[in-house]
Amino acid sequence: MTINLTLLVLMGVMLAVGIYLMLERSLTRVVLGIILLSNGVNLLLLQTGGRAGRAPLVQDGIDAQEYFDPLPQALLLTAIVIAFALVAFMLALIYRSWVLARQDEVTDDEEDRRVAQAVGAYDPEEDAEVDTETSEFSDPSPDSASDLPPVISPAEHFRGHNDEPEEDR
Amino acid sequence: MLTVLAVLFAVSIVAPVLHAWWGRSAFYILAGVLAAAFGWVLFHIPQVVGADQAATNDAPNAVPAYVVEWIPQLGVELAFRMDALGLIMALLVTGVGALVMLYCARYFPATERSAGPFAAQLFAFAAAMLGLVVSDDLVMLFIFWELTTVLSFLLIGYSAHRVFARRSAIQALVVTTFGGLAMLVGLLWIGQLAGSYRLSDILAAAPELSGTAVDVAIVLILVGAVSKSALVPFHFWLPAAMAAPTPVSAYLHAAAMVKAGVYLVARFAPGFHDTTFWLPLVLILGLATMLIGAYRALRQTDIKLVLAYGTVSQLGFLIMVNGLGTEDAAVAGLAMLLAHGLFKAALFMVVGIIDKQTGSRDLRTLSGIGRAQRPLLIISIVAAASMAGLPPLFGFVAKEVVFESFYSYAEVNGGASWAVLIGVVIGSAATVAYSARFIWGTFGSKRDNNGQPLAPTTIHATPDAVFLAAPAALGVFTLLFAAAPGLVQHLVEPFSTLFDPAAPGVEPTYLALWHGLTPVLGLSALTWVLGLGLFWLLGTRDEVPRAVPVVFDAERIYRSSIRALDNFSAWLTSNTQRGSLGWYLFIIVAVATAAPAGVIALTGQAVPGHMILAEEPMQMVLAAVIIAGGLGAVWAPKRFMAVLMVSLCGWGIAGIFALQGAPDLALTLLLVESIILVVFVLALRTLPAGIWTLNPTRFKFGRALLGGAFGLVIMAAVAISMDSRTHEPVSLEYSWMAYDVGNGSNIVNVTLVDIRVWDTFGEITVLAAAATGVASLIFVKRRDVRRRQLHEVPTGSVGRILSDKALSPRQVQEVKVARSFATVAREAWLVAGRTLAPEHRSIIFEVVTRLMFHATIMLSIYLLLAGHNSPGGGFAGGLLAGLAFLLRYLAGGRYELEAAIPFSAGALMGWGLAVACFTGIFPLIVGGQTFQSFVVDLSLPLFGEHHLVSSVLFDVGVYLVVIGLIVDVLRSLGSEIDVRSEEEPKSSSALGHSIHAQTTVGVAR
Repeated sequence: MTINLTLLVLMGVMLAVGIYLMLERSLTRVVLGIILLSNGVNLLLLQTGGRAGRAPLVQDGIDAQEYFDPLPQALLLTAIVIAFALVAFMLALIYRSWVLARQDEVTDDEEDRRVAQAVGAYDPEEDAEVDTETSEFSDPSPDSASDLPPVISPAEHFRGHNDEPEEDR
Repeated sequence: MLTVLAVLFAVSIVAPVLHAWWGRSAFYILAGVLAAAFGWVLFHIPQVVGADQAATNDAPNAVPAYVVEWIPQLGVELAFRMDALGLIMALLVTGVGALVMLYCARYFPATERSAGPFAAQLFAFAAAMLGLVVSDDLVMLFIFWELTTVLSFLLIGYSAHRVFARRSAIQALVVTTFGGLAMLVGLLWIGQLAGSYRLSDILAAAPELSGTAVDVAIVLILVGAVSKSALVPFHFWLPAAMAAPTPVSAYLHAAAMVKAGVYLVARFAPGFHDTTFWLPLVLILGLATMLIGAYRALRQTDIKLVLAYGTVSQLGFLIMVNGLGTEDAAVAGLAMLLAHGLFKAALFMVVGIIDKQTGSRDLRTLSGIGRAQRPLLIISIVAAASMAGLPPLFGFVAKEVVFESFYSYAEVNGGASWAVLIGVVIGSAATVAYSARFIWGTFGSKRDNNGQPLAPTTIHATPDAVFLAAPAALGVFTLLFAAAPGLVQHLVEPFSTLFDPAAPGVEPTYLALWHGLTPVLGLSALTWVLGLGLFWLLGTRDEVPRAVPVVFDAERIYRSSIRALDNFSAWLTSNTQRGSLGWYLFIIVAVATAAPAGVIALTGQAVPGHMILAEEPMQMVLAAVIIAGGLGAVWAPKRFMAVLMVSLCGWGIAGIFALQGAPDLALTLLLVESIILVVFVLALRTLPAGIWTLNPTRFKFGRALLGGAFGLVIMAAVAISMDSRTHEPVSLEYSWMAYDVGNGSNIVNVTLVDIRVWDTFGEITVLAAAATGVASLIFVKRRDVRRRQLHEVPTGSVGRILSDKALSPRQVQEVKVARSFATVAREAWLVAGRTLAPEHRSIIFEVVTRLMFHATIMLSIYLLLAGHNSPGGGFAGGLLAGLAFLLRYLAGGRYELEAAIPFSAGALMGWGLAVACFTGIFPLIVGGQTFQSFVVDLSLPLFGEHHLVSSVLFDVGVYLVVIGLIVDVLRSLGSEIDVRSEEEPKSSSALGHSIHAQTTVGVAR
């Protein structure tokens, strides 16, 4: 198949700019990046149709070869409309994020950050010294340990719980 | 056997229901069911005892077996087999199980509500344990094994509100699952080596199996046994498991589950006791456990822990005997197993009774119970004396043969085996000592430090006969088996035939109270003397034991290793996943770039030959414009400028489509880009215009490099794949198909509504889903908010700027001028134009909208209907109609939009999907295929001949869905955000107010 250099380069630029913008923190730029990326993909699909040709409207006496390949066009048409729905959805997400948190940036994953803090953290469920109980039928006293917050960073721990037996680890 | 197990599991499932109906009396029924199972096992005795234990299933004289194919591809089957070993274990499991159930009927307070699930778990445990001991398939064995582990976890964690119970449950689970996994590897390995997963086949083939692989596999299996039976170094989980209710301790952690490890050792001993690591492992770990457990038992102040460490000690003892692999040891091991189950379960039950009646298990506070509770004392003395190995009890009978088997083993092998015998004697002496400590600690009358007698412990209620029945029954069996050891001998003997004697000449021993004056009786007497001395020295001390040094404290080692594991995984996670989503994306794209690049580089592709620069010069011009737009989007300092730049790209690409020969695409893309531009502005108008980001993204260079590399790699991949394409496109057939079958000359449109109609059908469903998503993000609760009727809306009220404070003097002037025109009466161009605040109205825009709206709608309908034969179709038509509504909204505000299209967006999309479905289903009704199209020729007066294709109706569905999507987006991102922006200043949020005031003015102009 013949390669159209202009379309090829154009596709490359769209993809490159799309990726660059998608890696930004600003959500608006991310959406713009995704639009440009889908532009690049649309151009890719277009190229698979080969050389330019007649518009695919059947007329008598014209060979099927002469039309510009209709299959990628059908795929592209659906892709374009789906991309619109996608963009609308992402815009709604950005608006929501702005309303709720005045935030229009890709924020860090808090859960992952919390994992980082868990290294060496004091977890009462695991680490508190618990007295063994000498009866099942005494009043079920609520655990003193469970009143504590679930995870305390080591620094905090040393500030607040100096009396905890720490030396055994 | 499968039926019995199925019934037992079914009963466990209905147990909570029974408990809900009858409260704790439901335990009577459960006890009855297990007693019936006990009877069922008893019924098998003649058949099992008379059979050849080693015979395979198809031999004439084989033990009862039952096999159903399960996963033949893996050689896994539901194979059950009840030989002498399985029979004895099954008797123990069902017999003690029935008594424990009976005990539960009194143990739990009548008001306890959470005992229903407990009953189910405990009963399911009995079923799983029974399944474990009769399984003849390695995989089944493992499944039941892990089932008991999980149920043990649940039962230990019964008091889930206590940290100690939760932690103990998890600890038991982790330790035993660790062992279980090692065992699984060993089992599968040995199964592979033997070529069968049938346990009886493997044992039959054991003489041929040898070599390092077998040795290692057996060690792995032993690791499972050692962890399950709480041997050193895994012994710590068992005392901690005493957090479970006492019936659980009596059943799982004395009589049944911890015996699973012993069972496994006894099961594999006939075939594999002579493998390299078997005896060292079994004897060293067993002896160490026996001594450590017994010593720790002497130091406990909680009577339940005295028993728990005693159990640890006895488990070590049991594993040693059962693993020894001689004929005598087999008899001794099973007898001891039975004896231990009887006395230890009874003792735990006594502890539970005392705990319930006095509220304490602390031997420092318990005093004078022996005087007040004679029946309990008698039961305990029988059980504890059996534990100590005193005549005339079954414990003594069993221990005699144990000593006998070790003694004869040592006589034959000499050397280190004497050391083992000495260790066993010391351990047994310690057993005597802690048995005495238990009786003294529980029932004795004590004095405090000043020599004054302690006040007798208050006993809330004397246990009734039912409560005492279970331990008493166990005590009766202890006496019965001592009086008539032949009963047990009868059961155990067939199993011992699987082993050789310690030396060819040794006479097999037998269970009896009196063997004559033998060296072994001397050893027994020695243990009593030593044990009482030890009790006198250490047994009555009541200070809290000192902490074990850290290096030797297995539990601390366990906790710190679990902790190290936690920390390591947290460290690894925090170093690979720092929380920056952009970084994750960067990695993903980098991989997506590097992998194809590597493939291209390694496969050495030729540079494609057929290349043209462009179809025509215009294409290059457009490309330059588009590239400029793309780069502009990167550098644009303001949000909406960047949006404009991206739209420029879109419009340029529409031009490229047109030049390439795709008018449908060009039309659709042009419309979509225009709508996206407006929607973008609508959605983001409340966001600050200039501030891109508060903390600018770093790694600009890296991202640019990655983006460029990605673009290049995809370019290369596309060029290579296009260059290597040789086949004609399938779409060459589409032109005649479209014309002759689809009855349309626009091939693209016919492809969408006929040839590939399922694609399109899926797509419009996605559109409806996306629209619903947008609406639910904005409206949150419901999509079709009822707005006021148009005539109720006061003139000039929408978007009115209420406060001038945030405006510049010049803006104030402008607003004043605009308002002065509001009073001028004039013809209404748009029905709802008057509702807009004067400063937001544009008369020219209103006039233009008025002139264009209907024409645009007409054009959209034309595009829809003509699309089958010329550029257009449902998508283009729907987008154009949507654009018309967009115009109405922009010119006249939200009430204008409501007036323009008085349907809910959901209804539009629903109708669109319904129409599309109808065109799909209708041909089925008249006898065609789904989505088959047909032609209707109509000849109407005035309109002339018409040639209607049914698939156009599908396009109508598409048209409606697209309009619904756009209206939904407009109502969400347009109208609803308007409403919110107007409400916001009233809620007097300082930040919100200033931003809002500026942006609404911005939009208005």
